[in-house]
Amino acid sequence: MPKLTINGMEIEVESGTSVLQAAEMLGIEIPRFCYHDRLSVPANCRMCLVEVKGAPKPVASCAMAVGDGMEVTTNSEVIQKARKGVMEMMLINHPLDCPICDQGGECDLQDQAYGYGFDRSRYRETKRAVKNKDIGPLIKTVMTRCIQCTRCVRFGEEIAGTADLGLLNRGEDVEIGTFVEKAVSSEMSGNMIDICPVGALTSKPYAFHARPWELKKTESIDVHDAVGSNIRVDSRGGEVMRVLPRLHEGINEEWINDKTRFAYDGLKTRRLDTPYIRNAQSGKLEKASWDEALNTVAEKLKSTSPEKIAAFAGDLVDVESTLALKDLMNGLNVSNTECRTDGAFVNTDTRASYLFNTGIEAIEEADAIILVGTNPKHEAALVNARIRKTWLSKRVPIALIGAPVDLPYPYEHLGSSAESISKLTKAFAKKLGAEKPMIIVGDQIFNRSDASALHTQLRNAAHKMGCVQEGWNGFNILHRHAGRVGALDVGFTATQPINVGDMDVVYLMNSDEESILSDCSDGSLVIYQGHHGDAAAHRADVILPGAAYTEKNATYVNTEGRVQLGKQSVFPVGDAKEDWKIVKALSNRLNVELPYLTLIDLRERMSREWPHFDKIDALPNETWPDDMMTGKEKASNCLKSPFKLSIENFYTTNVIARASKTMQECVEAFTKTKPQKKAAE
Amino acid sequence: MLQDKDRIFTNLYGFESFSLPEAKKRGDWVKTSALVKKGKDWVIDEMKKSGLRGRGGAGFPTGLKWSFMPDPEKSGRPHYLVINADESEPGTCKDRDIMRHDPHKLLEGALLAGFAMGAHAAYIYIRGEFFNESSSLNKAIKEAYDAGLLGKNAAKSGWDFDVYLHRGAGAYICGEETALLESLEGKKGQPRNKPPFPAMAGLYACPTTVNNVETIASVPTILKRGGEWFSSLGSDEKNTGTKLFCISGHVNQPCNVEEEMGIPLKDLIEKHAGGVRGGWDNLLAIIPGGSSTPLLPKDVCSTIKMDFDSLREAGSGLGTAGVIVMDKSTDIVYAIARLSYFYMHESCGQCTPCREGTGWLWRTMQRMVTGNATIDEIDMLYDLTKEIEGQTICAHGDASAWPIQGLIRHFRPEMEAKILAYRKQAKVA
Repeated sequence: MPKLTINGMEIEVESGTSVLQAAEMLGIEIPRFCYHDRLSVPANCRMCLVEVKGAPKPVASCAMAVGDGMEVTTNSEVIQKARKGVMEMMLINHPLDCPICDQGGECDLQDQAYGYGFDRSRYRETKRAVKNKDIGPLIKTVMTRCIQCTRCVRFGEEIAGTADLGLLNRGEDVEIGTFVEKAVSSEMSGNMIDICPVGALTSKPYAFHARPWELKKTESIDVHDAVGSNIRVDSRGGEVMRVLPRLHEGINEEWINDKTRFAYDGLKTRRLDTPYIRNAQSGKLEKASWDEALNTVAEKLKSTSPEKIAAFAGDLVDVESTLALKDLMNGLNVSNTECRTDGAFVNTDTRASYLFNTGIEAIEEADAIILVGTNPKHEAALVNARIRKTWLSKRVPIALIGAPVDLPYPYEHLGSSAESISKLTKAFAKKLGAEKPMIIVGDQIFNRSDASALHTQLRNAAHKMGCVQEGWNGFNILHRHAGRVGALDVGFTATQPINVGDMDVVYLMNSDEESILSDCSDGSLVIYQGHHGDAAAHRADVILPGAAYTEKNATYVNTEGRVQLGKQSVFPVGDAKEDWKIVKALSNRLNVELPYLTLIDLRERMSREWPHFDKIDALPNETWPDDMMTGKEKASNCLKSPFKLSIENFYTTNVIARASKTMQECVEAFTKTKPQKKAAE
Repeated sequence: MLQDKDRIFTNLYGFESFSLPEAKKRGDWVKTSALVKKGKDWVIDEMKKSGLRGRGGAGFPTGLKWSFMPDPEKSGRPHYLVINADESEPGTCKDRDIMRHDPHKLLEGALLAGFAMGAHAAYIYIRGEFFNESSSLNKAIKEAYDAGLLGKNAAKSGWDFDVYLHRGAGAYICGEETALLESLEGKKGQPRNKPPFPAMAGLYACPTTVNNVETIASVPTILKRGGEWFSSLGSDEKNTGTKLFCISGHVNQPCNVEEEMGIPLKDLIEKHAGGVRGGWDNLLAIIPGGSSTPLLPKDVCSTIKMDFDSLREAGSGLGTAGVIVMDKSTDIVYAIARLSYFYMHESCGQCTPCREGTGWLWRTMQRMVTGNATIDEIDMLYDLTKEIEGQTICAHGDASAWPIQGLIRHFRPEMEAKILAYRKQAKVA
């Protein structure tokens, strides 16, 4: 390992480290604009210049690999002058419109201008102006502010895999642009806003709404997919102003997808802010007090026999309220509790059979990836980004069984139905000779009658390909819903499929599944506990307004089985309450004792029964029992029909996203094809 | 003065045909296989002995450069020779005449150089505007293939060698070696960071050497006549051999001429270019090595020797040896401002100082031309050139800074006079 000295301090680092990284390890900050940890190194901003003994001129520390015996100076007069020079050049054509710039307060250029700028300009000529680009409903561009660091271009090419942006023209006239005017069509595009060191790319929905120093920052967990991205919710007063990613190497690195980032405006519209009861005469929902609503529910539950009651936990439920509901239902002797609202079968014998066992980070270790019945781009954009990263770094072979989809890496399409699973073990796996293969199965494929046989088939295939071995479990189920794994963990499942039509009371907790709603019989009482007036609220007879994910302290389990804590950022709207408290209040009226008064008690109850809830943020290492290897069901039991994809539209997968104006704009910009005018018109 | 027997480029003026039969009469492609059979170590040794320094401008010893190429058996990747024929430096036209009138020298040199560095393929990246030159080069390549001088077992040397001609699309920056490689790969012509140097990761990330046309075209003659012959010419052991000089501007007979390295500048102009228009005393300044080298005032020109080290000591450089002569009728500030415009226009836009700075320099220089500036701004201008120089990925930043530095160093009084005159006329205090 090379040893070098930086400013007289000696450090030994791994070879291949850049001087800039080595300096960072010593706590020496080197200013930079174009350099970004996760992108390639163009060394074009020239801000990170350092002096290396023996080199005739200053070198860019970001692109210079360390060498043994190197002597680096980062604070000499020459370097100070060089950086000041670069900063001056950077600023001559920058508009200096900080007072009206949304980046103000969190701008790299602004910050570094304090260190290396001068309080007046020597530039007497006219400043350059660059035309703004329309690149879609999410990213606002003020291209005059651009310093041509090309981070966004590299992000598009490297991380997102859509080379929409490029550096056009040359010399003074270079500008970032789409070659033909069009929107940046990546579900990861919002990250360009974060990596832009200046105010050239800013958030369109957030434009002119707040200043960073006014915002309260709450570190939380995202619920728009089952990845469990770590986010920071910025709020002011009672309003969520924006959502930003938070670094988590194991899950989302420092990216989040556009739904996570921009769907927050859905939290402010179509909210259920007070209980409602349907008036029997008029058939309309009328506002009610909590007492009235809870009493109505309690009376009906009391008077109904337990086998006529069913409870469903939907996509966005947190573990605490699911468990409280389960305890309540158990207290009423109700066994019809179900979180697999889409009718999907999931083998719940052991945790390993429904988790993303490898873990998201370990995708990078895989040397063959097989996708079954999934479109990771829509179901888990960050898992998709990880697969692309793996493919970029080592050109890992990827195969897909299921509907062919547009993915930012090449794959071999092995077929569309269960029949092709046998191909895997025969042709593909042998060809590969992979040591660490992994299979990623979309949970939606179990949404059919042959689910159990399919699960067995896939397990067998995984076994034959050597996916499961000592220290490596390459059998992965990719979930789509943030609430699902947690609900499965606490056993919110029924042993038999529930016939909704037979039920007299249907309790829907955050569940908006159309198929359940349409099956509810006319005479049944439908109780909806949730936060958005979506489909379920229209059908419901009683509405109990709950809290959205930004409004409660709650536990979520992501598709890896990693337990994470979401934090409350703002208060629930109106009279809405935290969900587990609603269940607790209901239990009091039903004389069912739930042995917890506080969230802490409830969490203790959780971890007492399921110890993994104690290990916050730990990647579980679930055992894979030997009998998992040998399924008895035959391949012939699988249906011949092709696997279907459930997410037709990435931007409207849940109630929050459907209520979001920004997401609607995305739907229009990115997914709908505009009707073509006929010649006669 | 160089004797005719010591000339390398015997058909520089195109008095004879460039085609193969006549080229053979001039000694091209004669005993080529014998040279190859002496082995690559001998070739590189001979090149080192000759003291030939790269003719593209930087003046890096050629033999040494070739020896940086890894052992082809160990590297496990193809090696490439890339010949830089993107001659775009204002004031320079030497490669053009070589390709027009003596292309077989280049092709023979390519084979020998390619063999020495383990390359089976050479790419000639020719400036897009050189249409006629690329035509004659193409013809010459075809002739050579037809005669078995290129291709499998080229010239019966036992070495397989292919030459490809690639025409550029008109960007000065593509003459920078790594930008040239990018352009050759089909990308936007933007210089790469070094290290890694092309010898480690060049064209398609394979070991590559980029050489100038004149360098490669000198190789056959050097190998045939021996490195010692070449090093016996020139001013000292570090500045050897012959060099093509391109003399343009205010001289009576602008020309390309092959001369001994280290010929006094005054001799060069008086003997070959018919002297300065209106006599030596009418001389104002000379840019000795293509537009990017700082100019030299008359008193320096009278004594300076035209070689790498003498010119460096004088605060300029030999560069491509494109000698631009300016007599006293020249508005020297305007002349340099025009160069500033060129460098602004040709900046690739990658690095901040060059992208922003070249425009700033040009705009300030424009005001200097009319005098609409302040005396302080001359110092600022000098300071700006120092902010650009040496702080960019490639040398384009340096090249944009040097002409202005030369101007300020030698002609500051002229700049000040313009400013004072303007202020007097505009009645500014």
